[in-house]
Amino acid sequence: MLYREAGDFKTTYGEDSQTFPIRFDRMGYYVTLLVAFGVVPLVINDYWASAVFLPFLIYAIAAIGLNILVGYAGQVSLGTGGFMAVGAYAVYKLMTSFPDVPILIHVLLAGFVTAAVGVLFGLPSLRIKGFYLAVATLAAQFFLVWLFNKAPWFYNYSASGQITVPQSKMLGFYITGPQTSATAKYLFCLIILVGVAVVARNLTRGTVGRKWMAIRDMDIAAEIIGVNPLNAKLTAFAVSSFFIGIAGALFFAVYLGAAEVTEAFNIQKSFLILFMVIIGGLGSIFGSFAGAAFLVLLPVFLKNVLVGQLGWPTDLAAHLELMIVGALIVAFLIAEPHGIAQLWRLAKEKLRLWPFPH
Amino acid sequence: MELRNITLRFGGVVAIKDISFDIRDGEIRAIIGPNGAGKSSMLNVISGFYIPTEGEVYFKKIKRGPMKPYEVARLGIARTFQNIALFDGMSVLDNIMTGRLTMMKSGLLSQAFWYGAAAREEFAHREKVERIIDFLEIQNIRKTPVGRLPYGLKKRVELARALAAEPKLLLLDEPMAGMNVEEKEDMSRFILDLNDEFSTTICLIEHDMGVVMDLSDRVVVMDYGRKIGDGTPDEVRNNQDVIDAYLGVAHD
Repeated sequence: MLYREAGDFKTTYGEDSQTFPIRFDRMGYYVTLLVAFGVVPLVINDYWASAVFLPFLIYAIAAIGLNILVGYAGQVSLGTGGFMAVGAYAVYKLMTSFPDVPILIHVLLAGFVTAAVGVLFGLPSLRIKGFYLAVATLAAQFFLVWLFNKAPWFYNYSASGQITVPQSKMLGFYITGPQTSATAKYLFCLIILVGVAVVARNLTRGTVGRKWMAIRDMDIAAEIIGVNPLNAKLTAFAVSSFFIGIAGALFFAVYLGAAEVTEAFNIQKSFLILFMVIIGGLGSIFGSFAGAAFLVLLPVFLKNVLVGQLGWPTDLAAHLELMIVGALIVAFLIAEPHGIAQLWRLAKEKLRLWPFPH
Repeated sequence: MELRNITLRFGGVVAIKDISFDIRDGEIRAIIGPNGAGKSSMLNVISGFYIPTEGEVYFKKIKRGPMKPYEVARLGIARTFQNIALFDGMSVLDNIMTGRLTMMKSGLLSQAFWYGAAAREEFAHREKVERIIDFLEIQNIRKTPVGRLPYGLKKRVELARALAAEPKLLLLDEPMAGMNVEEKEDMSRFILDLNDEFSTTICLIEHDMGVVMDLSDRVVVMDYGRKIGDGTPDEVRNNQDVIDAYLGVAHD
């Protein structure tokens, strides 16, 4: 009975187009924010941060970025890993060149660098679509990884070819480096994620978002009503790469601390994030969160249950995880191509009428 | 709007052969003809989707060079399609809002924060769109995804999207195809109303002769890419070429 829109009158267009039009949802959103900012930082420890929270927050940023490109603008991309690597190497070069600038600014700048690279690799999308575009972005993936591996300038001529994050502080707290507390890492990523999600939501509900979706649903009609396809596709590549670059920068600087490009940003990363977007729901910001949470939690869950509780060998559990993810992707593509977000949407529609559906 | 000696070829196929006609401000102009006569190609030439092989297109007395479709949209020409071209993944409201894209100017950054100019612009346009929603009587499906709507309503939403652009010239490609009598009556009423109220110039293709003859001020008849008749409905109805090619005679 709580889940109703009746009696909650909207008197302005602003109220009518808000993100959570139903009061119950709005409360849920505030409670989630309160828990995320007020409760989790107090109880978080290193294991939870590195196993669950940090990967979830960072992958959610990347998934939102990819969802803008694939889910909203309809341009398939397999270059996510490569673009994350651009973000990571950009933040590394910036941090080592200008150690006094706060890391938040470096992370945002890394996003802009990645956006520029994304636009460059997005240029072929003006001519090619679908599978062929996927192959073109696959080329971006391999080219970028090769570049960061071969050109020593990018890893500051270090002997191992690795990049290692220097220590940095913001507001008196360590954000990167070995002395950083789990709480600081968590809060830093959380603040950026909330910012990214709000911006992504605002863009997708406004004019730009409509242009992207118009191009996705029917590009010829979009052109006839006045959408410039060059402009729409390239802004989608830019915004998407901006977020993915931020995710790459955080993944390297805050989460890993040290990275080797062929290990951390290979093609598997591209697929992992694409799977998050597909399972979570194409064209939905909530779906990006759901997909990231699902694919981060699943291995942790399986490991704890199968290895921890049942005492199975670790490699068996790891193989089982691959099979489950594979089966789920096939199942989702057949049964619910719009992912967890669509299931959630349907549940909400039913709940609105419950318990008298007729 | 004036078209002079338009010829359109696709390789060896001549779709339109040396056709000239004009569309006056504020009139309803119909293009009729048997299947494959080149009517839709003609509409595509007007809307800038095809560039004519020969001939000149004048819009508001100014010659129009080769243009991209989205540039034509900015001139104030909007259209609907024979087989509906809506954006299925978006709600009715969002679909109609896309009609106003050419008028929305706020930058990426101000949209990103949904603050100030971007939000104000959005709501100003929303108000205009709501007026069109009222006009076409589709208030109750505002937030429904277009993919779920029945055919007749989709046609109406597509008209709404074209209207949202406040076009100077509205091109309708078979607005009544596949509709039942009642839906046709509604659609005819909307077309007449918007011609009256907003004095929109309309150019339409239609096969229902009753509707065409009642609605339009002047009619162009095409057959095999050539123009075989042009004039008021009465003139066209009594033109022997048109009767032979298209209208036919009643069986006794």
